[in-house]
Amino acid sequence: MRTLISNNTASVRLNRKKNKALKAFSRNYDLYLLILPVILYFAIFKYWPMYGVQIAFKDFIATRGIWGSPWVGIKHFSRFYNSYYFWDLIFNTLGISLYSLALGFPAPILLALMMNESRSKSLKKIVQTVTYAPHFLSTVVIVSVLVAFLSPRSGLINQIIKLLGRDPIYFMAEPKWFKTLYALSGIWQNAGWGSIIYMAALAGIDTEIYEAAMVDGASKFKRLIYITLPFLMPTAVTLLILNAGSLMNVGFEKVFLMQNERNLESSDVISTFVYRSGMISAEYSFSAAVGLFNSIINFILLISVNKTSKKLTETSLW
Amino acid sequence: MVTRGGDFDMGRTYSNHTKGDYIFDIVNTTLLILVLLIVLYPLIFVVSASFSDPLEILDGKVWLLPKGFTLEGYKRVFSNNDIMTGYKNTIIYTLLGTFVNLVMTIAGAYPLSRKDFYGRNIIMLLFTFTMFFSGGLIPTYLIIRKLNMVNKIWVLVLPGAVSMYNLIITKTFFQSTIPLELQEAAVIDGCSNIKILLKIVLPLSIPIIAVMTIFYGVAHWNAFFDALIYITDRKKFPLQLILREILIQNQMDEMMNSDIENLAQQMMMAEVIKYAVVIVASVPVLMLYPFLQKYFVKGVMIGAIKG
Repeated sequence: MRTLISNNTASVRLNRKKNKALKAFSRNYDLYLLILPVILYFAIFKYWPMYGVQIAFKDFIATRGIWGSPWVGIKHFSRFYNSYYFWDLIFNTLGISLYSLALGFPAPILLALMMNESRSKSLKKIVQTVTYAPHFLSTVVIVSVLVAFLSPRSGLINQIIKLLGRDPIYFMAEPKWFKTLYALSGIWQNAGWGSIIYMAALAGIDTEIYEAAMVDGASKFKRLIYITLPFLMPTAVTLLILNAGSLMNVGFEKVFLMQNERNLESSDVISTFVYRSGMISAEYSFSAAVGLFNSIINFILLISVNKTSKKLTETSLW
Repeated sequence: MVTRGGDFDMGRTYSNHTKGDYIFDIVNTTLLILVLLIVLYPLIFVVSASFSDPLEILDGKVWLLPKGFTLEGYKRVFSNNDIMTGYKNTIIYTLLGTFVNLVMTIAGAYPLSRKDFYGRNIIMLLFTFTMFFSGGLIPTYLIIRKLNMVNKIWVLVLPGAVSMYNLIITKTFFQSTIPLELQEAAVIDGCSNIKILLKIVLPLSIPIIAVMTIFYGVAHWNAFFDALIYITDRKKFPLQLILREILIQNQMDEMMNSDIENLAQQMMMAEVIKYAVVIVASVPVLMLYPFLQKYFVKGVMIGAIKG
């Protein structure tokens, strides 16, 4: 008897909840119609490929498609893991990421601090306007300007080297230069843009703190170290998490454009490898496996970096 | 723009500007000017080189101002069929793509910004998950091929129709700047949700629409990856793919020290138009730049508040 009653109330409650949902749905039916195309977009272009990633565990046969091809287990994964280039790809990917993070992460912070400390408003404004600009140029343009500047025959850098009486350096053809060029050109393009977010954080600092510090006789440098810098920390940590979470996710475009046969040994990263073996050699299953491997590592990396940071600094993305 | 407390001229009134502070200022100003020159120089060089005789550039005689002033580069750019077709294609892709982006982003962001939209959390979760995990290049390619979209205009529009990052920014804007009371009042007056969106929300959202137009527009203008994967028909190449052929592949060949005659000619040609084509390709974005700057900064700020 008792159970029957409680069952009844439970089902009433469930009914009520259903009714509420139904009501909310019918009242806002036009909002659902509005969002429908967006849901379809995510279903077709995001979740369908996620389902299709099963091709990594199959041998793709064009006539039978993704769903009809035969299962082969982790064959492609072990082939990748046992290949002679496995560690090269990992090291290149991580190396380029870490190198550009180490050089590129502090750059916008320094720039923001410098602009913030500038006594001349107009100089600050000019620096802002100029340093934001390269962000709008396409990767193709950036890389071609880079290549032009480094050209052994006509490039400016090599003109200077020749003036100094040395032999020109074939920058783009030498593997050892790749990481540096990648990182420095990245700073040139994005440091200004990256500084915006720090400028915003700096704008939020209460000026009274500075005034108090000045009354106490703190020098400009001391105020910078003890007041300004600590204020930037939360922003910096958040951005660092984001960056660290995508360490294995080197942007394809720039690496691909800077890549050539000569520098391949240090410029081949997972994403360019996936492109070559998948799009050029049409080894769909194998390269899907390599891509999936990369996605999973990325995902784990992001989650663990976020968790660690939550514990250590109480700053996290979610 | 962002300034802190009137740029802090208090220093003077307190007159405790020590010697150390002056050195600090001098070092700081010097460094800023150095940064300015480093960023600015390549830009100036490219502009000057585009008006210079290529032989002077090859001899390394162009440093700051154009040498042997000529418009030859620009003439060749504008008479080059590949470039002009690419230019036309890019304009079409940018206009069409940005339009679809805006409609889809608003259609997604508005319902999700409404607290009374049942199921918003689960939808939001499913959408956001795609920022952190994806099927990857190959499965996406196979599905797009299956959908028969390869070499169609739509392949450059639909697969990137929504950027989740931009959707979150737009949603945050709707939530934080459009008063809920205004919408509730409209509901009582018998307005449909669509009408509220069109008559009340969108007119109040011009800043975010401007930001989105710029974000998406510049991205389309500069995009080359999707075209590299999905477009094989040269007539449909966007400008960036043509640029890559002219600028990077040729220059890379130079790096390879190739000595084929035909290639040398091609290289000379590339040398003539190299800088002019960079200018022509970047001018639309750079012309909008003073206008963009304000909005771009706004977009980054809104994005920084959440996410």
